[in-house]
Amino acid sequence: MIRLGVNIDHVATLRNARGELHPNPVKAAKYVKKAGAHSVTIHLREDRRHINDFDAKKICSIKKLLVNLEISTNPKIVNIALKIWEGLSQELNYNVMFSQRGVMNLAHNLQDVRDLKRRTHANRLNGIDAVYLNTEQVKKFCPIINTSQDIRYPVLGGTLQRRAGTARHDAVAWGYARGADEMGVDIIQNCEVKGIKRNGDTVEGIETTKGFIKTNKIGVVAAGHSSVIANMAGLRLPLESKPLQALVSEPVKPVIDTVVMSNAVHAYVSQSDKGELVIGAGTDDYISYSQKGSHDIVEGTLNAILELYPIFSRMRMLRQWGGIVDICPDASPIISKTSIKGLYFNCGWGTGGFKATPGSGDLFAHTIANDEPHKLNAAFNINRFVSGDLVDEHGAAAVAH
Amino acid sequence: MFVINCPFCGEREQSEFKAGGEAHIVRPKQPTELSDDEWAEYLFMRKNIKGVQFERWNHAHGCRKWFNMVRDTSNDEIKAVYKMGEKPPIE
Amino acid sequence: MTKNLRVKTGKAIDETYRISFKFNGKTYYGFKGDTLSSALLANNVHLVGRSFKYHRPRGIMTAGSEEPNAIVQLHDNSSRTEPNVRATEVEIYEGLEASSQNCWPSVKFDVGGINNFLSPLLPAGFYYKTFMWPASFWEKYEYFIRKSAGLGKSPTEPDPDIYEHRYIHCDVLVIGSGISGVMAAKTAAKNGFKTLLVDEKPNLGGSTIYQNSDYFKINNQNSNSWLEKEINEIKKLKNLEIKTRTSVAAYHGYNFLLARENFTDHLPIEQRKDKTRHKLLKIRAKKVISATGSIERPMVFDNNDRPGILLSSAIKRYADFFGVACGEKNVLFTNNDSAYETAISLIQKGINIEAIIDNREEVDSKLVYEVEKNNIKIFKGYTVTNTFGYKKISGISIKQLSKDGQKVVGSRINLSCDCLGVSGGWTPAVHLFTQSGGKLKFRDEDQVFIPSIYPSDQLSIGSCNGDFTLDEILINTPKSLKEFLNIKNTEYESLEVISSTNKSKRNIWLLPSDKVLGKTKSFVDYQNDATAKDIKLALREGFRSIEHVKRYTTTGMGTDQGKLGNMHALGIISETAGAKMGELGTTTFRPPYTPLTFGTIVGRNVGEYFDIFRKTPIHSWHEKNKAEFENVGQWKRAWYYPKENENMHQAVQRESKAARESAGILDASTLGKIDIQGTDASEFLNRVYTNAWSKLAIGKCRYGLMLNEDGMVYDDGVTTRLGENHYIMTTTTGGAANVMGKLEDYLQTEWPELDVYLTSVTDHFATISVCGPNSKKIVSEVISDLDFSDESFPHMSFKNAKIGKINCRVMRISFTGEHSYEINIQANYGKSVWEKCMEAGKDYNITPYGTETMHLLRAEKGFIIVGQDTDATMTPIDLQMDWIVSKKKYDFIGKRSLYRSDTIREDRKQLVGLLTEDPNEVLEEGAQIVADVKKSPIEMLGHITSSYFSPNLKKSIALGVVRGGKNMIGQKLIIPMEKKNINVTVADPVFLDKENKRLNA
Repeated sequence: MIRLGVNIDHVATLRNARGELHPNPVKAAKYVKKAGAHSVTIHLREDRRHINDFDAKKICSIKKLLVNLEISTNPKIVNIALKIWEGLSQELNYNVMFSQRGVMNLAHNLQDVRDLKRRTHANRLNGIDAVYLNTEQVKKFCPIINTSQDIRYPVLGGTLQRRAGTARHDAVAWGYARGADEMGVDIIQNCEVKGIKRNGDTVEGIETTKGFIKTNKIGVVAAGHSSVIANMAGLRLPLESKPLQALVSEPVKPVIDTVVMSNAVHAYVSQSDKGELVIGAGTDDYISYSQKGSHDIVEGTLNAILELYPIFSRMRMLRQWGGIVDICPDASPIISKTSIKGLYFNCGWGTGGFKATPGSGDLFAHTIANDEPHKLNAAFNINRFVSGDLVDEHGAAAVAH
Repeated sequence: MFVINCPFCGEREQSEFKAGGEAHIVRPKQPTELSDDEWAEYLFMRKNIKGVQFERWNHAHGCRKWFNMVRDTSNDEIKAVYKMGEKPPIE
Repeated sequence: MTKNLRVKTGKAIDETYRISFKFNGKTYYGFKGDTLSSALLANNVHLVGRSFKYHRPRGIMTAGSEEPNAIVQLHDNSSRTEPNVRATEVEIYEGLEASSQNCWPSVKFDVGGINNFLSPLLPAGFYYKTFMWPASFWEKYEYFIRKSAGLGKSPTEPDPDIYEHRYIHCDVLVIGSGISGVMAAKTAAKNGFKTLLVDEKPNLGGSTIYQNSDYFKINNQNSNSWLEKEINEIKKLKNLEIKTRTSVAAYHGYNFLLARENFTDHLPIEQRKDKTRHKLLKIRAKKVISATGSIERPMVFDNNDRPGILLSSAIKRYADFFGVACGEKNVLFTNNDSAYETAISLIQKGINIEAIIDNREEVDSKLVYEVEKNNIKIFKGYTVTNTFGYKKISGISIKQLSKDGQKVVGSRINLSCDCLGVSGGWTPAVHLFTQSGGKLKFRDEDQVFIPSIYPSDQLSIGSCNGDFTLDEILINTPKSLKEFLNIKNTEYESLEVISSTNKSKRNIWLLPSDKVLGKTKSFVDYQNDATAKDIKLALREGFRSIEHVKRYTTTGMGTDQGKLGNMHALGIISETAGAKMGELGTTTFRPPYTPLTFGTIVGRNVGEYFDIFRKTPIHSWHEKNKAEFENVGQWKRAWYYPKENENMHQAVQRESKAARESAGILDASTLGKIDIQGTDASEFLNRVYTNAWSKLAIGKCRYGLMLNEDGMVYDDGVTTRLGENHYIMTTTTGGAANVMGKLEDYLQTEWPELDVYLTSVTDHFATISVCGPNSKKIVSEVISDLDFSDESFPHMSFKNAKIGKINCRVMRISFTGEHSYEINIQANYGKSVWEKCMEAGKDYNITPYGTETMHLLRAEKGFIIVGQDTDATMTPIDLQMDWIVSKKKYDFIGKRSLYRSDTIREDRKQLVGLLTEDPNEVLEEGAQIVADVKKSPIEMLGHITSSYFSPNLKKSIALGVVRGGKNMIGQKLIIPMEKKNINVTVADPVFLDKENKRLNA
């Protein structure tokens, strides 16, 4: 079925030119929907020449309206993701429990301080809210952290991104699934992909446990299993899939109201709305799809947690599990087309994929639709491993999320 | 946590070892002869197999020797270990 | 008023030893051996807590670690407070204080209970579908959700207790000391296996130890007496170690298990001081025998969660073990024979039973006949349809089941009661088995999952393997043991067994009611308030995977991990979806089996033992001289030496000036040192460094840069040729271990033909660097019989020397740009040589300096620090160090990568110097560099990597990486800070003495 999308940018252009409140692009979007269009397109330009942030938010919150939101050039993917996160519950008509409780990254040595300041400055210039805190400010923002200077690796400071936070991951997946379903996407559950059919350098479809699906474009977002799918198409990726473990404590009343990460002592902790402390451990160093990791990693993580939060010593681990993360040599993701026509990959997110979901999804969709990357994900092209233009993200996303 | 049978020391806890990724990737003898693509293939591209994998391990907190191991990455079952330069004991 | 429901001395308690404890502020009494739950029940206290979502009153339901409801906070507001403790697992002690959780203001009057009346509005997944309009309100909703979240309260003080780890290697580990576990332990130990037997309870014997009736006999003795004798025997076995109060938490691959041994939780607080609280046992067993038993199933019917509703087996245990009656008007509800065992126990102790409701219509069972003989009314073919009472059960409604069990028929009968014991049959405790990777199979006859495929050398026996009756256990266990342990015989071949249980069971996952499902509250997960209705809703909403249903309804995600309700959830899903149980699979059981204290997992690795300290041989001198220290990896390095009231800036300025004007001394012992020997040593260096090494003369030093295979700078340092086939390489402090590993890797795997031997000698030498115009005078005084003339000992050369009788190596090398010497001497002489240098330098104002001054001095000279001025994207060309990259060498690590299309680009980020317009303005390290602040979006060209105020140049200097910076010398750029923009000029990165005059001075 052909789907009609209408660009309503210039309703706003007109409004802005008049310097008045009408015509109103939000109303326009509703008219367009009422008239039977399937989607509206808006383009949030860096100079806000037509649509502004408020419009975009309003338009995105119109129920059952598919919005093709193009966001212009600069601010980095995560910031777009953040903005979309903020409106996601309304857009999907599904509460993803996005909680902007702030994310802190702690510095424990002088190079941490330099690296975190470097990121803070870059974020600030990109329009992303981020501040650098000294030790006292860290303590003030999260009083239960042990900021005593005589611990093994004292807290020297940290960064705070107030708008960042946590979302209930299941709800995000379910919400997107529901939204996609309503737009007519056919979601086939319990259906395993067994092969990719190629004709020369072009894809023709996929073999699944429930039969063959003919298609000329395949977008692969298989996380830890990306290489497995790539191998079906005879493609090798610069990825290694490794165990990543996490654990939760028994639920308790609110005790930590933010997300705290520490690279140097490898500790990630936040508290879920249910009250569980959510603790991310690091990855093991070997390739595995067993969804199990070694106990040493869990023990090491809890060592770090108790170093920073000695009051948690009598808390108890309720559940511990392992997942699979696909990691690139430069610890940055791939959102890219490949040497096989019609085959696209969004992978290599390592431990940090979830937070960028809305942003990366948007850009990946753009890449598939246009057979060309968006300007924002051009740097995350698979070809960088050939040309040598690697991205230095090792410091940025090294600890589990 | 695995128990690994180091070909030099015998059975030891996994915590004594360090993993070194896919085995039998030979460093090209004449790198300058390779195209950028071929060099990237050597440097970065990996099979990352789910299933039986031939891989390198180092007994880092032991004899510090590198050796090869055959392991099923889907369930972590170790099938065999063998020294560098030796032929894999299983196909 | 408190009633005493203690009927008769129980097996486990000592009635001569009375203990007082507090629950919700009120004092109660119990006996030694009581658990908190048995003591509360003896005092007729059932209501212990509130449920998670609806805040419904909840009571004690079980007698073990599967307890979902009776969870309490211990010792609130003290450093030993602990949330979410199961009352069924706490052994009482004098002074115990426990309180209810998740209720406000009190357990009896709970404001959150309003949720119960709102419950039609709070189905599964309601969080996801509500609370989002308008968007800005979520924050407020979230505040309330978070406030009402959680069960207990986190401790607020550091933990006063001590935890330890212990590694255990054994031939056979037996988990669980019920009848089959005891048989297994005895058999293994007697056959020469080094055996470990663990049980979570304080005593051995499992449930058979209180199976005291004529209906269960072994060799003509009641089964409990027979088992008691066996236990007495195994306690004497040499090959067997027995640990009680020890629960296995996790079963990992390769038979690696974690168990927690509990030493002090049952002791009064004042007796715990200086004792280890828990020991985490890390067990590596050659063979594992699981005898973990089974957990009785509740049943799913309307209002099946009221206080006073217990598992039938728990009622039996409380009566047999603790001499406690759970009620005075007891009703039992069952679908199998187990409840009749409970009934017989209660009859023996004179505890009143009002009636038994049995799903089954006809049963030919000796146990049933015995109960009938005692004139107890049995409603056969009936089911409970509802219960009454708020804070405690007061009555039930029952109705007859239709033939197919799908409906209720006939008229309703109401019965009054104060306790309802429920038995839905048994579920094998296969949690550890599945954690280990074991695969289950579904047994249709009695609807249970039992072990099928073992992933490692292990065995399941007894009821965790689906053998629920005494005769099955005694026949199957010896048979399995013989095969598993590869032995000919056991002591249990010809036992005479009387076992009276009839195995029939009428399993109905969701019992029918006379109300529609939507109007019932039939709980599947008690703690998380997930009902049968919620599960059906999830299926209607399109969830197909069990894992999704579980997350959507939160079934099995409470602190009890769904030990009671998971099977019912599966059953209801399969019935609703029309799938077969076996094909549906189960949700994954995740470790730990019971929650494990963080402190236990961490053991002694807390506080100062969190990570090791590496200290140089001169460390104590630095401490004595008031140095501040910097963490560099695991090393503690002297950072600066403040005098009197100096701050860091003042100290560093003083140290830097002294080093250039007269003399400075630095402890460089932390630098990595690798001894390289062999006939191919020079060739090896050629391959690992970017520059050429073959022609380096013996006795000479050379700076080397090492790349990763991707062409990016990896490490650097000076290497000295000590002999024809002998070099000593230095690496950065932080990179030492990685460089060593990388060199070994290449040598062993890529170049095994090279004759080269590597030895890490970092810790063997103390390294003392003396620099400055007066360094020669000072060092020549310490080392008297050495020719220090420039001709004999020029820059970048080395000499063997002696200080007294001790050999040392002296290099004339410099990281500061000053004339300087590095003395390397056996580590244990380091401090005395340092002191000699200080003594010799007294007249020259020799000034000890730390890492901060070292960084400043090298920055004046434009020397890089790998990891500070480089990240994983900098090539030597980017660093403007083309001079060190050999064009002639055919190959070295990383060479090929330097010639890729993006690494040869001219506009890459390159290292440059940056000078501020205002010479007193010191830039911030990490600040971004731009050309045009007005451009939108703003384009960042690079960032500041190093920045200092140079006391020697009397101005601020900085190093940074700038896109295309190499060709921008003299150009103006801007550092945009939060409050101002700082103007800078791009400069040569060498700020001082470009001609190296000072080095040779």
